[in-house]
Parts: sequence; C-alpha cells; structure tokens
Amino acid sequence: MSPTRAEVCVVACAEAFRGDGEILASAMGTVSMLGARLARATFEPDLLVSDGEAYLVANDLPLGAGDQEKVVESWLPFRAVFDLVWSGRRHVIMGATQIDRFGNQNISCIGEWAHPKVQLLGSRGAPGNTANHTTSYWIPNHGPRVFVEHVDFVSGIGNDRAEPPLYGFHEIRRVVSNLAVMDFEARTGEMRLVSVHPGVTVEEVVAATGFELLVPDDVGETRGPDRKELRLIRRVLDPDGLRDAEVPA
Amino acid sequence: MTDKRATAAEVVSELRDGMTIGIGGWGSRRKPMALVREIVRSPVKDLTVASYGGPDVGLLCATGKVRKVVYGFVSLDSIPLEPHFRGARERGEVQARELDEGMFYLALLAAAHRLPFMPTRAGLGSDILKVNPDLKMVGSPYSEEEVVAVPPLRLDAAFVHVHRADAGGNGQILGPDPYFDDLFLMAAERRYVSCERVIDTAELAKEGPVQTLRVNRAMTDAVVETPNGAHFTSCVPDYGRDEGFQKVYADSARDPDAWATFHARYLDGTEDDYQREVRAG
Repeated sequence: MSPTRAEVCVVACAEAFRGDGEILASAMGTVSMLGARLARATFEPDLLVSDGEAYLVANDLPLGAGDQEKVVESWLPFRAVFDLVWSGRRHVIMGATQIDRFGNQNISCIGEWAHPKVQLLGSRGAPGNTANHTTSYWIPNHGPRVFVEHVDFVSGIGNDRAEPPLYGFHEIRRVVSNLAVMDFEARTGEMRLVSVHPGVTVEEVVAATGFELLVPDDVGETRGPDRKELRLIRRVLDPDGLRDAEVPA
Repeated sequence: MTDKRATAAEVVSELRDGMTIGIGGWGSRRKPMALVREIVRSPVKDLTVASYGGPDVGLLCATGKVRKVVYGFVSLDSIPLEPHFRGARERGEVQARELDEGMFYLALLAAAHRLPFMPTRAGLGSDILKVNPDLKMVGSPYSEEEVVAVPPLRLDAAFVHVHRADAGGNGQILGPDPYFDDLFLMAAERRYVSCERVIDTAELAKEGPVQTLRVNRAMTDAVVETPNGAHFTSCVPDYGRDEGFQKVYADSARDPDAWATFHARYLDGTEDDYQREVRAG
C-alpha cells in the first residue's frame, strides 16, 4: 500500500530533527510526535523523547502506551523541562492557530487580546521556547486563516522579532503542513516553500497561504517513508492509526 | 509538632474578598478540587487566581469568584481548551494576566526567595511584554545583554493537593511530577495542603522514596484530609483522571441551562454530597 498523506507528514516532521543529536525532541500533536519518535528510531538515535508526562522513554513506543510498556531512561518533570528549554538542548515542534510569513505564531487568542473573540490555550511556553532553542511548526490544516498576513497575538516569536545579538538562540527551522514543507530564507527571514507533498501542486499551496510565500525555482516533492519507516509507523509507533484523525486520507 | 489538621470550610473561611490565591497542580492534573469546591460554596469573591490552569480556574470563573486570572495556559489536557475559562474571557467577565509558563515559574520563585525579580530570556520579542506593560527589562551588570525582569508573584494564600501528609503538614507527592506545588506554598502568606490521606509521620518514608517528601511542615499552615479530593483531575498513582466526568463538566459550559443542571447536581450540596453523586455516576 502506498504511503498516506499522514505518513508523508510524519516523515517530514522526523526530517526536521535531522542532525540534532542528543537533545530533547518535543512535539505537540499526533503526527509531529510520531515524527520525533520515528527520527529517534531511525536516523537520529541519540534524541531524547518524552512520554508527554514526566518520563524520558528509551524504547519505540506506540502512541497512548501504558506505563508498563515504557522503558524509562530518565525523569523529566515540568521544572526540569524548563531547565532544558533554557539550556537550549531542545527542539520543539509546536502547533499554531495562526502563523505569519516571518514565523510569528499565535496560540493565545483570536481578536484583540483584551477582548478576545476566541480565547485559545494561552501562550504556554511558546515565548520562552522560541527565545531559547530551535522551534519548528506542524500545521495539519494549511489554509489562509492559519497562514495569515498578521497574527493577532505573538506567542512564539518570528524572525523579524529575533534580531541579533539579543536573540542569538532563536531558530525556526521548518514548518510542516498537510500540504507542504517550508523553511525560511536566511537573508529576509521570510517563509519559503521547500517541497510539496505527493499529489499537491505549488499553486495549491500558494492559494492556501494568506501571505506571499517565497517560491524558488527548484521546489521538490516531499519524500515519502521508505519501507523500514513505513513498517515502524504502521506496526510499532501508531498501530491504531491515530495519525489519520489529524490528516484524513 | 503542631497539629494543623483542619476542615476545608475552616481554611476557606480565612479567605477575604479580593485576595490573590495560587492553586497547585498542572492543567487537569492533581488539582485541589475539594478545596476549590469549598471556595465555590463560600461567599468570597473578586479573587485573583494564579494557576497552571485547569478546571480549578474554569470552575471559579463559572461561579463568579474571579476578578482576574494569572496564567500561562488554561487547559483540561484531554480537552485542549477549558470551556468555562474561555467563556468567561470571551464574555469579558474576567481580567487576565497572561505570562509565558516559564515566567510564571520564575515569578513564584522570586516570591519564594523574597527577591525583587528573576531574569529570563522568555518573553523577549513576544506580545507577552506588550500586554503586560509593567514587565521591565534589566541589563546584565556583566555584559551588554538585556533580559526580562520577572517580578515576584506574591500570593495571599496557596492551595495544593498531595497524596499523603501528616498532621504537622509534611506533604508527600507520590505521582511522577511534583509540578510547582512547593513553590506555590513558599510564595504564599497562608499555605493550605489537602491530601488523600493523613498518616502517621513514621509512615511517610514507608509510602515512597524520600524524594517524594516535597513539602515540609515549615511550608504549611493547615492540612485538610479530602479523599478523592483531586477529582475529576488525575491523582496518579491513587487514581487517574475521570474522563467521563470531565466531559460532563466541559459540556456544562454549553448554555446556562446545562450549567444550572450541573451546578444543582454537583455544587449545591456538601463535598460528601458531591462524592456521593460522583459514585452514583
């Protein structure tokens, strides 16, 4: 069976961690969490992966695994997460209700913060994460209401707000969506199309983006999982197919 | 050793209108819900509530106890957005002070250590600084670097829920994460600990390793035994989150009738009535 869109997205999220070495790979979201676990299970074996509670887990776990299945290699309560965040030894893939061309992210509210039209989660750790270590984004619903010209609230800081030397630890590496993979042009800090997922055209991505996306001449196709990766995703990491709820086939 | 055992009603009767209270736990995990429900039953109002927010914040907002919420997030974990908090914010019923969740930790730490501020990089460049114009920058005396100076979050009272405690106020956290409960207590004038069970001091070290004894009695003014007192939030290993009840709670934000029904069944009576209704299912 050929890979589904969700499986392509898992691999794209895993690729965001390539080269990271012995750091904490965090992710909020099903596909992005699978990506972190897939990267650790294949090409980035030194990554640290948490269970979403307080343990670092050494084995390749299915999503939603019970405590008895976990090989706990260390303890990471929230207070220790902050130590890791502020030490910089972490790369997080966060979500975004809104994101702009410079990678400013909003998870706080829609409308004016003082009188929100929609109250969202709150900024959580996004300001501190983006000021301290590498951040990527996983956005399962690529559309013009998410990829916006201006975010209503800056929770995670974008490239236009990360001026050296003050913000020397800021890096937004990738934005993975259900349609494509993006990065940021070094000179301008603007979002740039890297590859479109199989079956998606460049025009579709441009139309689904509410700002002017940089489109280079050499936009490629996002690679799908190889046989080993596909087996890991389907048999080991997500046998219940939770990824399909986030990215319907 | 002073016997600090008290009832929930006794500790809540010490609250005054307009106080700033801190509530331990995280999201929908190990919240002192029995004490929160007691606050709901009391006449106190206009509270400023500081929390790694979950249904503690939602319940106090929904019952009109809150003037202002201090938070980094408010979530029910398995239900990402807290519907009662969300409704209160969208209807303009509560004021807000939104911080990065790491800044929140440092604000508690500054209060606990009696320091004027804690420095951090968190918040730089974000709109957290825009919506909190009182937050100031501070220059390093050693380099050219400038960072955010997080002021102390001083609490009039703190409420946390632990697994075991003795009558003197030594508290034991048997779950995998102590969260920031000790700091909430240390940042507060009045420190209230509820627990699943009060046990003899000599039994504490038999219940778990010494690292579980996170709260010592110098951090505690009163101990309240509230079995199933974190319900419906998780209190592992004693019990997990009651997801079914949490859904009922979340659904009660749908409209005023749904909320009235929930309130009548679960909040009009005593804590014993509440626990009986929960067991009845």
